[in-house]
Amino acid sequence: MSVPLLETRDLKKYFKVADGELHAVDGVNITIEQGKTLGVVGESGCGKSTLGRAILRLIEPSGGDVLFEGKSIIGLGKKEMREMRKKMQIIFQDPYSSINPRMSVAEIIAEYMIVNKVYPTKQEIWNQTARLMDTVGLASRLAGAYPHELDGGRRQRIGIARALSLGPKFIVCDEPVSALDVSIQAQILNLLMDLQDEFGLTYMFITHDLSVVRHISSEIAVMYLGQCVERAPTDQLFENPQHPYTQALLAAIPEPDVEMRNKEIKVIRGEVTSPVNPKPGCRFAARCEYATEACSGADPALRDLGGGHFCACTLEHVKAAQS
Amino acid sequence: MATEKMQKHETQTAITMKKQSQLKEIWRRYKKNRLAMIGLISMLVLIVLVLAADLIEPYEVCITMNLREKLLPPSAEHLFGTDGYGRDILARCLHGGRVSLFIGFTCSIVSMFFGAIFGMIAGYYGDPLDNIIMRIMDVLSAIPNILLALAIVAALGSSIFNLIMALTISHIPGFARVVRSSVLGITGQEYIEAARAGGTGDARILRKHILPNALGPLIVQTTMSVSSMILAAASMSFLGLGVNPPQPEWGSIISEAREFLRTNPTMILFPGICIILASLSMNLIGDGLRDALDPRLKS
Amino acid sequence: MSDVLLQVRDLSVIYKTDLETVHAVNGISFSLERGKTLGLVGETGAGKTTTALTLMRLLPERIGIVEQGEIEFEGQELLALPENEMREIRGEKIAMIFQDPMTSLNPVLTVGEQIGEALSLHNFSKKSKEEIEARVDEVLTLVGIPAGRKKDYPHQFSGGMKQRVVIAMALACEPDLLIADEPTTALDVTIQAQVLLMMRDLRDRLGTSMIMITHDLGVVAQTCDTVAVMYAGEIIEQGTLLDIFKGERHHPYTTGLFGSIPSLRGHSKRLSPIAGLMPDPTNLPDGCRFWPRCPHCTERCKTEHPGTYVDGTHQVCCHLFTEGGSK
Repeated sequence: MSVPLLETRDLKKYFKVADGELHAVDGVNITIEQGKTLGVVGESGCGKSTLGRAILRLIEPSGGDVLFEGKSIIGLGKKEMREMRKKMQIIFQDPYSSINPRMSVAEIIAEYMIVNKVYPTKQEIWNQTARLMDTVGLASRLAGAYPHELDGGRRQRIGIARALSLGPKFIVCDEPVSALDVSIQAQILNLLMDLQDEFGLTYMFITHDLSVVRHISSEIAVMYLGQCVERAPTDQLFENPQHPYTQALLAAIPEPDVEMRNKEIKVIRGEVTSPVNPKPGCRFAARCEYATEACSGADPALRDLGGGHFCACTLEHVKAAQS
Repeated sequence: MATEKMQKHETQTAITMKKQSQLKEIWRRYKKNRLAMIGLISMLVLIVLVLAADLIEPYEVCITMNLREKLLPPSAEHLFGTDGYGRDILARCLHGGRVSLFIGFTCSIVSMFFGAIFGMIAGYYGDPLDNIIMRIMDVLSAIPNILLALAIVAALGSSIFNLIMALTISHIPGFARVVRSSVLGITGQEYIEAARAGGTGDARILRKHILPNALGPLIVQTTMSVSSMILAAASMSFLGLGVNPPQPEWGSIISEAREFLRTNPTMILFPGICIILASLSMNLIGDGLRDALDPRLKS
Repeated sequence: MSDVLLQVRDLSVIYKTDLETVHAVNGISFSLERGKTLGLVGETGAGKTTTALTLMRLLPERIGIVEQGEIEFEGQELLALPENEMREIRGEKIAMIFQDPMTSLNPVLTVGEQIGEALSLHNFSKKSKEEIEARVDEVLTLVGIPAGRKKDYPHQFSGGMKQRVVIAMALACEPDLLIADEPTTALDVTIQAQVLLMMRDLRDRLGTSMIMITHDLGVVAQTCDTVAVMYAGEIIEQGTLLDIFKGERHHPYTTGLFGSIPSLRGHSKRLSPIAGLMPDPTNLPDGCRFWPRCPHCTERCKTEHPGTYVDGTHQVCCHLFTEGGSK
C-alpha cells in the first residue's frame, strides 16, 4: 500500500487554562490518502479546528506526530517548514476576519507568492494572480477592490485563491462554507470540488454540517471532546453508524423533507462536558444511554470493524462486529 | 501574452486608483464634520502665521528690549501690546509659536515612533517580552509626566533638545499601550494566521498586516497628543525649565507676564489664547480623524 | 373556520440614511392562523428580520420607515397604535426571540430576575410577588431548566440553556404570537434538536402561533405549517408546507434554494446552486427582482413585475406561470 499523504499519530494539543489543562486534541490518529477528502465533524469545542491547525503547525502540537508524505514535520526547522507550507495550506471559516482589510484583492492573493519569492519578476506574480482570480471565479475588475466592498462568497473565493497560490497538495478547509448563505455555500462547495479534480488536491474538510460533509467527503472522522470516536468511509458511516454519539448526531439533523417531519427525534440528553482535565474513559459516557461501568477507567481504543470502519466504543456490538 | 500584459496593467492601475480613492473617502468623511474642519483651518492659519513670523515681525523685534515702550496696552502699533521689557507681544507670540508648535509636533511624532515599536513588539510577541516592556512602561507612567520631564531637564540642563527628549520619554508609555492593545486585537484575527500559514516572516507580518491595521487609532492618538505636548511644553517653560530666555515660547511668555497679572492682564491673555487655540484645534482634528478613519463609528 | 391572528397587507419598509435608501421589504402580504407556525425562509438580506422588527414596531427610529401597508393583529391595526399601547402588546401579546442568546440576556441580572421583570412589566392582573415568583419557576420548568437555577447568572448557562432561558422569557406572559428569529442558528445540531423539540412541544401545549424565521429548510420542514419564501424583500412563493416541499410548480429561486442543499441521502452529485448574488437592496433591478440570476429569464421578466399565480393555497410570483394565469 502506498504511503498516505497525511497521517497523524496520537496527536495531542493541550492548552494551559486557569484550572488545569484543556485537552483540545487528545490523541487523534487519522490518515488521508492522496486525492481524497477526509471530513472531520463534531460540535463546537470538540477540537476539530485545533486539530487542523496542529496538523499545519499553526499551533504547535503538545505531543504525537504529523507525517506528510511519510516524513515527520514536527521536528522541521523554520526554513524547512517554510518550504513545507507551500504544500499544505488552509482555508478559514470566517471570510470577514481571514483577509486583511487594508489590502486589495490582488495584493492579498499575490502576498504568498511575494513572500515565498516563487516568481522572479513582479510581472509574473501579477499574471499568476490574474490567472488565480480567473480560476476561483473572481472577475478581473475586482483586482483593486477592498474586502469590505465584497460579499462573503467573494471573500471566501479570495481565501481559496490565496490558498491555491503556492500550488499546494493538501488543504485544510476549516468550515469554509458555514458562514455563507445556502446558495453561495453551494457555489463554493462546487468550486472546491472542481478544484480538487483539476489540481488533484487532498482536503481535510472540517465542519459541523453533516449534509455538507456527506456531500464532499470520501471518508469521515467524528470527533467528540478532542478524540476521534468513529472513522469510516462516508456511505458506511451514514448507513451504519456504530458509535452512540454518531447515531445521535445523525438523528439530530432536521431534514428538509416533509416525510421526515413526524419521525421520532432521538435527542441526546445534556450538553458537551468540559474538556478541562478530563477523566480517563469514554468522554461521551455521561450523555450516553448505553453507558456501563466499562466505559470509565480507560480511554476506549479505536477498533477496526473492517472495511475501513473504526469505532471507539466499548459496546458489545462493536466487539461482536470485530470477531 | 498581450491580454495578460493588459490584465497585469489593469490590475496595477486598479490598485493605485483604489488606494487614492480610499484617501479620498477619508477626506470626504472628514469634510462632513464641521467642527473638525474649523479645527483644521485654524491650525493651518496658525502654522502659516508662525512660519511667516519673520515676514510679519523680524526675530530681533521680539528679543530686543526697549524699556521706554514697556507695558503698553494693545494699540495700532503693537497689536498685542508690549511686555515688561518693552518687547512686542505679537512678535513674541508668533516666534514663540514656532517653538511651541515645533516642540508639540516633534515630541508627538518621536514618541509615537518609539511607542509604536514597543507596543507592537509587546503585543505581537507576547510574554516574556510583553511583560518586560509593559512593566517598564508602567514605571515610566507612574511618575507624573511633568515630574519626569522636570527630572530630566534638571539633570541635563534646560534646552529645547532636552525639553523635547523629556516630553517624548514621558509620553511613550501612552502610545505603547494604545498600540499594544490594538495589536493584541489584530493578532487574534485569522488573517495573521493566514499570513503565517503562507510562510510570512514576523517582520513582514508586523509591517504589512499589523501596522496598517493599527494605524488608525495611532494617528488619532498622535494628533490628540500634539495638544497635550504644547500644553506640557508651555508648563515646562512656565516653570523656567524649557527654552532659555530671551527666546520666546508661549509658556515662557505667560511666565514672564505673571508679575504684571494685576496691572496688565492683556499680556497673559494673548499667549493664553494662542495655546488654547492650538490645543483645541488639534483636539478637534483628532476627533474628526477618528470618525473619518473608522467608518464603523459613523451612524 | 379559519381564525386569522395576523394579517399583513402590502407592507413596504425602507431604511433611509443620508447616503442611500435600502428597500428592505417591498409589498409583502401574508396571514397567520391561530395556533399555526409560519416559516419565513430566505437568505441574508432577504428582509426576514426587517419584517419581524416591523411586526414588533421595533425598527430603528428615523432610519427605518414603513412606507405602506397594514398589519392587522387580532383585529387591531398595529401600525396605527400609539407607542404606549404598542408597548403593552409587545411582550404581552407578541414576543420575539433573537438569534444570539448571548446578547439578549443582561449579564448582571440573574435569569430569574430577568424573567420576573418581563412579568411585572406586563402585570395587569396585579399578581403578587409570590405569584410572579411561582410563574418564573413554572416557565423555567416548562423549557426544561430546573427552577432551582433561577438564581444563576446568564454566564453560568451553556449556549443551548441560554436560548431556553430566552424562550422562557418570551413565553412568560403567554403571548399569542411568538416570533423566533433564527432561534437555533447559533446552536450545535444536538442542542438544536433539543430546542426545536421543546418549541414544538410548547406550541402544541400552549397553542402559541409562531413565525419561524430561518434559512434552514430542514428546520422549516420540521416545525412549520405554512411557508413564505422571501427574496430581495418580496415573498416570491408561499403556501402550505406540502405546497412548497411537494408542489409541482415552483419559483426558480425556490428551486435553486432546494438545489443548493446537499442531500443527506443518496449519492453526492454536483449541487445546482443559483448563479450570482443577491441584488443590492439600494438598487433593485426592474421587473422581477430575480431575473439577473434566473435560468428562465425572458425579456418580459426584465421590465414587467410578475403577478401572482394562485393554485389553491399555493402562490407563486413568477411570469412562468402567470401568462394564462389568474392575473
